Amino acid sequence: MMRGALRVGLSVVVLLGLTGCAGDFRYNWQWSILTCTSENIDAGCIGPYFYWILQGLWWTIAVASAAWVIAFSLGSVIGILRTLDKPILVVVPFVKSPIYFRTRWIGTSKGIITVDVGWFLHGFANIYVTVFRNVPLLVQLFLWYFVFPELVPHDAGMWLKRDLPFPEVSTAIFCLGLYTASRVAEQVRAGINSISRGQQYAAMAIGLTPVQVYRYVLLPVSFRIIIPPLTSDFLGVFKNSSLALTIGVLELTAMTRQIEEYSYAGFEAFTAATVLYIGVTAIVMGAMRIVEARVRIPGMISLQAK
Amino acid sequence: MNETKDTTSTDGVGIIQMRHVSKWYGDFQVLANCTTSVDKGEVVVICGPSGSGKSTLIKVINGLEPFQEGTITFNGISVGDRTTNLPKLRSQIGMVFQNFELFPHISIMQNIKLAQMKVLGREDNQARNRSMELLERVGLTDQRDKFPAQLSGGQQQRVAIARGLAMDPMAMLFDEPTSALDPEMINEVLDVMTELAKEGMTMMVVSHEMGFAKRVADRVIFMDQGRIVEDATKDDFFGTPRGDRAQLFLSKILHH
Repeated sequence: MMRGALRVGLSVVVLLGLTGCAGDFRYNWQWSILTCTSENIDAGCIGPYFYWILQGLWWTIAVASAAWVIAFSLGSVIGILRTLDKPILVVVPFVKSPIYFRTRWIGTSKGIITVDVGWFLHGFANIYVTVFRNVPLLVQLFLWYFVFPELVPHDAGMWLKRDLPFPEVSTAIFCLGLYTASRVAEQVRAGINSISRGQQYAAMAIGLTPVQVYRYVLLPVSFRIIIPPLTSDFLGVFKNSSLALTIGVLELTAMTRQIEEYSYAGFEAFTAATVLYIGVTAIVMGAMRIVEARVRIPGMISLQAK
Repeated sequence: MNETKDTTSTDGVGIIQMRHVSKWYGDFQVLANCTTSVDKGEVVVICGPSGSGKSTLIKVINGLEPFQEGTITFNGISVGDRTTNLPKLRSQIGMVFQNFELFPHISIMQNIKLAQMKVLGREDNQARNRSMELLERVGLTDQRDKFPAQLSGGQQQRVAIARGLAMDPMAMLFDEPTSALDPEMINEVLDVMTELAKEGMTMMVVSHEMGFAKRVADRVIFMDQGRIVEDATKDDFFGTPRGDRAQLFLSKILHH
């Protein structure tokens, strides 16, 4: 924990050092601009600007956290669906089939018709990941914000454009959540697939249902395995939230640009934002470290944090 | 094929019955027209060269692997029927794997309790008591709060047997239970299995432990290229000359 904090502190110092002494860099740093109040309005201050920065930070944290909740829950479901390789047969009630037939997704047994629901769910999950992982996040943001309200039925579109509370923020959360879900889904899928087939057999052999196999055996182990890559996606959600400024969310980066426009003290503002981004992500990293240590399996070397 | 005892009968006495079972992986045929049956209390050892379909033969019995042709019934219930409740069926058949396959994230006690509570719906106390009985039986009560990775291979396999027995199964399937063990640990596992066989448990054991087969098996099945080549009583199998392939195999593995 101490070493981690030290490392973060060092990287901030190095970063500041680089900005300060890069070659012919002659810049008159005016850190006081961040704390000036509107009484110095003659000096170009309508701040206090650090208050703007804190407001931006609040929205960054709010957007990213909410998006992560969506990403984690939806991504887990999609990832699990992508690992379905056996049919999930659901019996169609009341309808009997006089003839025998059997296709990939529907079949009969003694007149009872069964539908393979797993086939549909698996297909849906595959399409989801393909779409959301392969379109640039910025494009997705624009699609949701500008195009989507025009595609849905007129009334729904009007509601989105007129009555959606916090329209920019809501859209950003929704979009970032869905995008990150596709990445979480891939981690979850990889985690589940990394567990040996034998584990699944053993869980099935003692009579667990497919849902129980996932609930009690596959998921507890695979989520432990994917904590490090999930941490990356969790950090990614904070960093990607800066794109929300393009649709008008006044998060940290947007506020920083605004300060530059008002005060010309862009370097100070961006430096402050950089430090705050590193600070927030460092806290996330630290928290995930603690989670990882908490759920460590005794005696299992491959899952032990170094 | 079997001259001494009609053990391959399909007249409905066997608890496990396979009739003309075939299975393919793509174009590759893993099981070819396999027919056999296991009576209650019988111990059947399955041997044969690697890739001959031994493991697959017992994995189709509890529906872990699907098969394309033939029928398998366990205690009168058809395994291949699309509407069979496979989880329920599997809970009546214990299975032990080559690589133990204990669940790594929960303690030994929880490993044995899990299915008792989630499948059979036993209370925590009830499940704990049953687990303790079984741990005592396999001689591992003092390991109950450890995690699988903290146990030796032999100990893990004994826990795996206890986990299977905890469901009070009608039969036990063993898939090469000693193949992944160091030599000095093989006996501790075989001892537990021998005791189990003597108590009348119905067992199908994929194994190359011919000593074990000679001691406890009622019948030996020899497989090659997906076929059941020999299906004979123990005395017949080890006594009278068998087919070429089985003889060659036996001569190779009986040397040590």
